[in-house]
Amino acid sequence: MRYLFLKRFISPLSKPEDSLIYNTSSVMATYQEFIQQNEDRDGVRFSWNLWPSSRLEATRLVVPVSCLFTPLKERPDLPPVQYEPVLCSRANCKAVLNPLCQVDFRAKIWACNFCFQRNPFPPSYAGISEVNQPAELMPQFSTIEYIVQRGPTPPLIFLYVVDTCLEEEDLQALKESLQMSLSLLPPNALVGLITFGRMVQVHELSCEGIAKSYVFRGTKDLSSKQIQEMLGLTKAAASGQQGRPLAPQDAAASCRFLQPVHRVDMNLTDLLGELQRDPWPVPQGKRPLRSTGVALSVAVGLLEGTFPNTGARVMLFIGGPPTQGPGMVVGDELKTPIRSWHDIQKDNARHLKKATKYYEAMANRSAVNGHCIDIYACALDQTGLLEMKCLSNLTGGHIVMGDSFNTSLFKQTFQRVFSKDYNGDFRMAFGGVLEVKTSREVKVCGTIGPCVSLNAKGSCVSENEMGIGGTSQWKVCGINPSTTLALYFEVVNQHNAPVPQGGRGVIQFVTQYQHSNTQRRIRVTTIARNWADAQSQIQHIESSFDQEASAVLMARLGVFRAESEEGPDVLRWLDRQLIRLCQKFGQFNKDDPTSFKLSESLSLYPQFMFHLRRSPFLQVFNNSPDESSYYRHHFVRQDLTQSLIMIQPILYSYSFHGPPEPVLLDSSSILPDRILLMDTFFQLVIYHGETIAQWRKAGYQEMAEYENFKQLLLAPLDDAQEILQTRFPMPRYIDTEHGGSQARFLLSKVNPSQTHNNLYAWGQETGAPILTDDVSLQVFMDHLKKLAVSSSA
Amino acid sequence: MSQQGYVAAPPYSQAQPGMGGYQGGFGTGPAQPLYGYYGGPPQAFTAPPTGMMKLPVSSAAGMPPPPESSQYNPNVHQNGAHHQRYPAPPAVSASYGQPLQSQYNSMASSAPPPTQQLTNQMSAMNFGNYASGPMQSPPPVSSVAQQPFQTPPPSAMGQPQMPPGAQSPHMSPQMSPPQLQPGNMQMAGQPMTGPPMSGPLMSGQPMTVPPMTGMGRPFPGPPACQPGYPQQAGQFGGNMAGPQPGMPGAFPGAPGGLAGPPQKKLDPDSIPSITQVIEDDQGKQGGKVYKTNLRGQVPPLVTTDFTIEDQGNASPRFIRCTTYSLPCTADLAKQCQVPLASIIKPFASLQKNETPLYVVNHGETGPIRCNRCKAYMCPYMQFIDGGRRYQCGFCNCVNEVPVFYFQHLDHMGQRMDIYERPELSLGSYEFVATMDYCKNNKPPNPPAYIFMIDVSYNNIKSGLVKLICDELKNLLENLPSEEGMESSAIKVGFVTYNKVLHFYNVKSALAQPQMMVVSDTAEMFVPLLDGFLVNYQDSRAVIYNLLDQIPDMFADTNESETVFVPVIQAGVEAFKAAECSGKLFIFHSSMPSAEAPGKLKNRDDKKLVNTEKEKTLFQPQKGVYEQLSKDCVAQGCCVDLFLFPSQYMDIATMADVPSHTGGSVYKYNNFQVETDGEHFLRDLRKDVQKSIGFDAIMRVRTSTGFRATEFFGAIHMNNTTDVEMAAVDCDKAITVEFKHDDALSEETGALMQCALLYTTINGQRRLRIHNLSLNCSLQLSELFKSCETDSLVNFFSKSACRAILNQPLKNVREILVNQTAHMLACYRKNCASPSAASQLILPDAMKVFPVYINSLMKTAPLVGSTELSTDDRAHQRLAIMGMGVEDTQLLLYPRLTPLHNMDVSSEALPAPVRCSEERLSDSGMFLLENGHSMFLWLGQASPPDLIQNIFNLPSLAHLQGNMCALPELDNPLSIKVRSIISGLIEKRANSMKLQIVRQKDKPEMLFRQFLVEDKGLHGGASYMDFLCYVHREIRQLLT
Repeated sequence: MRYLFLKRFISPLSKPEDSLIYNTSSVMATYQEFIQQNEDRDGVRFSWNLWPSSRLEATRLVVPVSCLFTPLKERPDLPPVQYEPVLCSRANCKAVLNPLCQVDFRAKIWACNFCFQRNPFPPSYAGISEVNQPAELMPQFSTIEYIVQRGPTPPLIFLYVVDTCLEEEDLQALKESLQMSLSLLPPNALVGLITFGRMVQVHELSCEGIAKSYVFRGTKDLSSKQIQEMLGLTKAAASGQQGRPLAPQDAAASCRFLQPVHRVDMNLTDLLGELQRDPWPVPQGKRPLRSTGVALSVAVGLLEGTFPNTGARVMLFIGGPPTQGPGMVVGDELKTPIRSWHDIQKDNARHLKKATKYYEAMANRSAVNGHCIDIYACALDQTGLLEMKCLSNLTGGHIVMGDSFNTSLFKQTFQRVFSKDYNGDFRMAFGGVLEVKTSREVKVCGTIGPCVSLNAKGSCVSENEMGIGGTSQWKVCGINPSTTLALYFEVVNQHNAPVPQGGRGVIQFVTQYQHSNTQRRIRVTTIARNWADAQSQIQHIESSFDQEASAVLMARLGVFRAESEEGPDVLRWLDRQLIRLCQKFGQFNKDDPTSFKLSESLSLYPQFMFHLRRSPFLQVFNNSPDESSYYRHHFVRQDLTQSLIMIQPILYSYSFHGPPEPVLLDSSSILPDRILLMDTFFQLVIYHGETIAQWRKAGYQEMAEYENFKQLLLAPLDDAQEILQTRFPMPRYIDTEHGGSQARFLLSKVNPSQTHNNLYAWGQETGAPILTDDVSLQVFMDHLKKLAVSSSA
Repeated sequence: MSQQGYVAAPPYSQAQPGMGGYQGGFGTGPAQPLYGYYGGPPQAFTAPPTGMMKLPVSSAAGMPPPPESSQYNPNVHQNGAHHQRYPAPPAVSASYGQPLQSQYNSMASSAPPPTQQLTNQMSAMNFGNYASGPMQSPPPVSSVAQQPFQTPPPSAMGQPQMPPGAQSPHMSPQMSPPQLQPGNMQMAGQPMTGPPMSGPLMSGQPMTVPPMTGMGRPFPGPPACQPGYPQQAGQFGGNMAGPQPGMPGAFPGAPGGLAGPPQKKLDPDSIPSITQVIEDDQGKQGGKVYKTNLRGQVPPLVTTDFTIEDQGNASPRFIRCTTYSLPCTADLAKQCQVPLASIIKPFASLQKNETPLYVVNHGETGPIRCNRCKAYMCPYMQFIDGGRRYQCGFCNCVNEVPVFYFQHLDHMGQRMDIYERPELSLGSYEFVATMDYCKNNKPPNPPAYIFMIDVSYNNIKSGLVKLICDELKNLLENLPSEEGMESSAIKVGFVTYNKVLHFYNVKSALAQPQMMVVSDTAEMFVPLLDGFLVNYQDSRAVIYNLLDQIPDMFADTNESETVFVPVIQAGVEAFKAAECSGKLFIFHSSMPSAEAPGKLKNRDDKKLVNTEKEKTLFQPQKGVYEQLSKDCVAQGCCVDLFLFPSQYMDIATMADVPSHTGGSVYKYNNFQVETDGEHFLRDLRKDVQKSIGFDAIMRVRTSTGFRATEFFGAIHMNNTTDVEMAAVDCDKAITVEFKHDDALSEETGALMQCALLYTTINGQRRLRIHNLSLNCSLQLSELFKSCETDSLVNFFSKSACRAILNQPLKNVREILVNQTAHMLACYRKNCASPSAASQLILPDAMKVFPVYINSLMKTAPLVGSTELSTDDRAHQRLAIMGMGVEDTQLLLYPRLTPLHNMDVSSEALPAPVRCSEERLSDSGMFLLENGHSMFLWLGQASPPDLIQNIFNLPSLAHLQGNMCALPELDNPLSIKVRSIISGLIEKRANSMKLQIVRQKDKPEMLFRQFLVEDKGLHGGASYMDFLCYVHREIRQLLT
């Protein structure tokens, strides 16, 4: 419902355009439909759906040819095929046979549409003919999933890494959540437990009679080899190499710390139940000593030694910042507060660089082994997510941030990690490797998303890096159906080398991963777009513009830059891109702002950019470094719809005047007799207008004669509930009213069309003035127009 | 006295090679000894040049006669003659066929006269002062000169006159030699000239000489002998009368063979006997009450059983001194070379009938102390000014008496309350310490005991781990507790380890224990705080559960590598975390070879023995071990090490920490539960239950004029005055040496106060004060009169054991001998009445000193033999460092008790006999113990009924080799023997393993090395030889 509302509001469709795409002979479709269809089938949204045919023209379009790609988009209608893909035989191509390939059924030969190699079909395809085609040749299977049968299927691994420096209440809640989670795990999954405080304890789960654990000093940086030696894992490995027969013992040995859930269920439940707060005394004025860095290093080292290249999830639960050892974020003296943006800008954050470097190294190691790391950080103060974010960002793990483990936000979110899909499989996959193959006119510049580069150089890799570039393969250790990567391409065709008429650019995404049912699978998506000559067909190109995707794609670039650059520079860059885009596609008379006009397909783009500029992804004001990291983390991995909500929150209005309706995200929408529901992805705010709040306070909803008022109060709650039920992570739920302190969540998001500066100028009683000096959308647009039409810009 | 008796003095010196037993030990090494009392003198006394020492026998003849010996020319001549006759003194094998040249042997062959001389000397020494008159008859002398070998008559006379009883010391040797050394008899064949020696040594003239005279009365010499050679033989006769079984090869009979009466040997009974001295002292003072009310009073011997009543000086159980009369000046001290030292055993156990120390509590002000020197209130403080002030006895500072402490003085100038206040009337008492005496001004926590068990393959396989775990359950029930307390306040903790450490959480709230493995041995830490150190009573169930599980948990281990330093570090860390002191009980089996701090390599190199580098075998590895000791002491962490080695494990290094923290090292080679289990458990029980103080710091204050300069013991010194001990138990003694600062006055005497600050097992901070007052004298004779041999020996043992870390053994031994000679020479020169130079005159209080010194040089650390294991030597060296006077006494002179002829109905222990093979009898059964080893020796011809009664076996042949306990049989003999054995085991600091050896069995070798009056198995002279040698040294010094 929400999605449709959104659509209706932000992109009211104009009449279907008549430009044809894809196949002139096929069904006529508008771009909107085409885009929608593409997204539904392939999980792909391109910024441009017609591609400029030369490098020069492409760069002039400002927004690069790029796409948002959701590799494991849920496709209930797509049954996986039980065989392996047919690959192009050219060693450096290896593209997968797809519907766009030319096939000579008689000669049983197919031509690779990337390298034009002619390949014979394998013997198993002997029966192939025009009427008997394998699925991968059928057009509706532009996305297809293969199940790889070979090799063992190791069980999934869940390694809990639990901070014990918590308040009693928090620890209790966390213990309960963890115990509960055991029942959600697949019975054959391996589970392990590491607890830490001042020391790090790795619990052995297979022992009877005595609870056994290995303890590590929380201050010492240990190499992976040392950790394995200390855990007694190396010997098993050594003996394993010598003789096969020893293998079962091996497994048992290495499994001392990782045991099948069904076997240690009781043990582990008891163990968790007996878990105590870190017993070391915390003197007055000190923080507890928390060895998060070493705990992680032990977890990573343990998995590295026992189950490399097997799907595993390290789940880190922290209730505060690391205060000692490698990866320490803040000292244990309470009088030195944890770094703020202010400190960072003044280069005053003592541990920042070192800690970041430490966690990055850890994340990279983990990524190499295909293990992902989740961070569940619940504390009122910061916990060091800024330094630790890479753990999740590089391995595809989750970050969840809350105030306490004893909140439904954490409890439900954590439960949702183990949610299942329509097949009863977990919505998680492991060890994903995404490979991109391009036809020769296009090269891939890079990717922005929760992945690491696999450094696979090749002919389809561009020199020009955007995001994580220089490779055509990326590893996404933890991947779920909503994980969405932004991929950026470069058209390399030279201006004077025309593209053959009717030629198409082709891109193939090959995603190998370990399914949560432990199968290895390969999903292949092959898409094609027509080339267009930018000089003669600029209108076509313009109308093929997907402003939603483009906004998200540009936003990701902005966020990616913001991670390394100063905020103002990024904003300036974004502004310049916007102005250039407006100059390119706007219709105006020089130096006449009032004449400026944008076509339908671009009309909403500036508004997205306006909200993006104000968003916590680019603004750090009023956010702690941890919060910024948290927001950015989610922004670069969610799919388009969610991303758009993050950029421009959606606002519904409930009143007696009619059914709920989406309204402008504007201060003018804040009216006394309305209830507003704002969804910013991270927060759900229900705001009761002044009058409504008074009525509610007066208790009218309790009275039978005001049943309708009661209904009105309930309506937003129900809608909110629907969102709360499904979203991961669960948003913070805020119920507030006019004048309430929490109303700030709403007031900070809406376009400040009325402020204390212009309130009287507007001379209206409606709406609520926002006490801010921020520019409003109107002012922003005015400036944009001025700059766009300016001849000097 | 007849000068002739000494005719052969020079030749004797030539006979040096005879001292082969010393293996050049006395040779004057060119190296300057680094160690020595008073530094300088030893060099001065490095007397005989090596050349001389090593002279082959043949050169004897060539020795120039000594200047004074003109009258003895004939002798010299004789020497030559003898020499020619017996050109090559074949290396006569000792009783067990050892290739070593027996010194007697060589002496005999090279220069028979020397032996005469020796005997002369011996006799002289006996009679030195007092017997001179009768001895001066010239005739015997001439006879010596002229008919050296025609002595049968005396001997013949001697023989028959032996009392018929086979037990006579004279006789018994006679019996044994034929069996033992047939070879000797044939080869040496040099008949010793008897005549001059015939003599009244045995004459039993009661030595009526003042106490300082040498052998005074000790010789009970069988009067029966006397008649035989009345005056005729003068002083020598007695000595020579019997054969010398102790030196088998030495005095062969006449060439004629066995039949020849071996009349020319020295009588071993004639030389001072320790057993006799002990017996006499026991007879004189045993069972009496000894009051400590006199200054400079010499206490009874340590071996004497007496009761002490504290009347103002510390009980000798707490402090013993080498001399109770200090020389007044440094010059005198230097001259006499007698070390001035105290052996302090601050926690010595008292007898049941002695009053335990009073505890004085002065409340918040704490103990009253002198403002200047900080000495504690004690009987030596002189109250003046009507009781308003007192003068410190140590520094003479006049202090105000605190108001609350004021008391009027009586007409004698003594406080009226003197007998109500222990600190004014007693030698030893305790103060309750205030916060000022506590670490960080916080009251200490009760100490903790951590049991750390090596669970590597060896210990699991041997069953040791199970044994320990089972025993711990009993042991923990009996942890020491302060009197009046229901249960012990001591906390306990458990660690097991191989190359990683396992800590156990045994918190009482737990259903089952938790094990925490720490593999990071490079930087040890304690993984848990709460639940590691617990009160046993509270956590009993969990601990039981744990102890039951430990043996099973590691049952199938195949880990053989261990760590060591991290184990101790873990203990220190645990104490640090718990803010307490305590003790680690480490049960360890092998050299720590796992990759961790303190990893050791085998550096046992037998080639180094008897070289300059031998000392490196005793030196601990530096580095982490050194630091570890410091850390332990700083935290009050005492380490007790129970070692179960099957091979070399570098004890010098491993035991370094225990030896600096007041700990003990127990060692069970090739441990087997069946044979060593009980022994080990006894040790463990004793060790756990010992009375002990923790985190101790000791300071010895002295009155002006002298001060403590050197400290020996299982201690750590951070500076030059404070003795730090992580713990000090009832068996640990600190030997303190004093030096003069200034002159002492005879009038005021010398005072010392030993203050020990420590934590009780209850966690109370206390000050234990021991006071002792000594005399001072300008007369050396006073000093020699009040010397205490046992204490002297303790001092020399410790200083020698320390010295071997830094210098070659050869030097150390040489210095020991030199200093012995010097002390005795000094006595001779200054105190004894004039007498012939050839007489050996020993001060009464030191007459058995040489036998101890000789025995000391034969102890494993000092003997320098490749046959001894380096670990054993290092172990013993370290053990000696912590020993008290009783322990060194016993170690250096084991008790050899005959059990076959005792009165089974009597309560009393049978009297020990001298430690010499000749005291054994073929049909006898003897018990030998030295505080560390215990042997039950069975003669070949033990009567079957004895065997039956003791072992329930038909004959000796049925006896199994490795029996370690006697069967419990219900007959008087068995009961008596077993009660003697268990009584001894109970009494000694260490439990001993009973080893049963049969005469002539191979294990007898072990036994024989404890017969300290005999020639050492691994080298070292017999008592007799040593005495002769010392005498010669003395004579050299005196000329």
